[in-house]
Amino acid sequence: MGAGRHVLLVEDEPNIAEAIRFILMRDGFRVTTYNDGTGAVSRIVAAAPDVLILDLMLPGVSGLDILSGLRADPATAGLPVMMLSAKGLARDREAAERAGANVFMTKPFSNAEMLAQVRMLALP
Amino acid sequence: MTVTVLAGARVRERRLALGLRQADVARSLGISGSYLNLIEHDRRRIGPAVLDRLAVLLEVDPAVLTGTGEAALVEELRAVAAVAGGTAEVDRTAEMLGRFPGWAALIAAQARKVGQLERAVEALNDRIGHDPHLSQALHEVLSSASSVRSTAAILVETEDIDAAWRARFHANLHQDSTRLVAGTEALVAYLDSVEAAEAQGVDPLEEVEGWLAAQGWHLAALEPGGGGVVDLSALASGAARILAQGWVVQAAADAAAMPMAAVEGCGGDPVVLARACGTGVLAAMRRLALRPGSAEGFVLCDGAGAVLLRKPVAGFAMPRGGAACALWPLFAALARPGMPVTALGEMPGPGVRRFALRAWCEASHPAGFGGPEVRRAGMLIAAVSDGGEALALGGTCRICPRGGCVARREPSILSEMVPPDPQAGAARF
Repeated sequence: MGAGRHVLLVEDEPNIAEAIRFILMRDGFRVTTYNDGTGAVSRIVAAAPDVLILDLMLPGVSGLDILSGLRADPATAGLPVMMLSAKGLARDREAAERAGANVFMTKPFSNAEMLAQVRMLALP
Repeated sequence: MTVTVLAGARVRERRLALGLRQADVARSLGISGSYLNLIEHDRRRIGPAVLDRLAVLLEVDPAVLTGTGEAALVEELRAVAAVAGGTAEVDRTAEMLGRFPGWAALIAAQARKVGQLERAVEALNDRIGHDPHLSQALHEVLSSASSVRSTAAILVETEDIDAAWRARFHANLHQDSTRLVAGTEALVAYLDSVEAAEAQGVDPLEEVEGWLAAQGWHLAALEPGGGGVVDLSALASGAARILAQGWVVQAAADAAAMPMAAVEGCGGDPVVLARACGTGVLAAMRRLALRPGSAEGFVLCDGAGAVLLRKPVAGFAMPRGGAACALWPLFAALARPGMPVTALGEMPGPGVRRFALRAWCEASHPAGFGGPEVRRAGMLIAAVSDGGEALALGGTCRICPRGGCVARREPSILSEMVPPDPQAGAARF
């Protein structure tokens, strides 16, 4: 289903990143992972992924700031973004939506649901 | 005898039904309005004496307030039905109670439990939003749980998983489950400590002062080479941690602006230190009082005279609650921003009683030119043996034995007051 489409995952929890990478790769996606948000905007712009999965709380930088930076850049303004967070509060979800997230998913999540959402975001 | 968790709501509803003001009821009971407020929000239990007086005032049987009587149960069930809506036969509540007392008690108990849980959820939501320590602890637990869930699902649902991947996921599972257990234990310990602190009614300011005192009033980690990390985990309540966090930020700025060499070289003069380092005098006073080994006391207040920090010094009584002595130079300084106020003060009682007091007030406009003025004043307190004429001070009126004080605002519990000369001014005692 992934058909070689490129998913970029920015997640500082290595074991969660590994699980997501495995699930997506088995589905045919090409997956790149970054474990921190340092210089994330320029790296994401350069990598030009088809879908971005972005953790909300990263060391030293907020996923919301990264997303705002991406939305301000014409090259990534329309990039499909799934935001992951262990904070399920309504205000966090609203903040993610305001920053431009297409999908907000709280941890722990179901693998099947996560995969279904990524497939949907990756549709050409 | 103590009341059930719903007693607060019953007291409040009954009081409102009678059109009584909380402050009036509290006065009649001989308790403070804030204490009655705590009772009404189930934050304090009611002792039997207060309960009996409250029942008389509210014209009900005590059992109605405590929820232990049959009438109280009927009332409670009706309230449950009203809140839940639906088609319950409210007019047959008493009949239902008579025929099925066990079921009726169960419904009421479940409703109470639901109410408790709803309040707990509200409190936790609020705490998560405002307590960075709890937020971090929950984040840790949820991240571990998330990893365990995803990894376990992969292992269960993927029949043809490669051996190397399987081994990797097994190792990850082991690692995350260990982390999950540690995180959960830390979270439970933290919540227990918060509950204990809140049950004891510890004032957040006192908690922060106790925490600072335990470190000798000096945060060495904020000095150059100290690492810059201050552990706030010893503070139990979220409010105390927020206060302490603000203090840490301020202390870090003080340490960066006023190197220890400048502090040692200013001769103990905050104006000299401030001029040498280009800081405010209030910041310099803070830095001097909280330098390692300083024997000076320090008190900081806002424009309303509310005390924001107390570093005690032996013999100089500082009130734990309520207003301080109105004659402290600290309050004279409040009226004269930017002007040094010095005085020799004497405290009543045995032991060290004379103190050199230096106070200073700063006015700022955080919201800009047109914004409100915010004043803060600080006072350095040093014990001295000076024999000159001293200002007769106290800690707070309630425990100050001085008679004839022109600034007294309430009688003391320590001695008979000598009424001041009625021509002298506005004092009432």
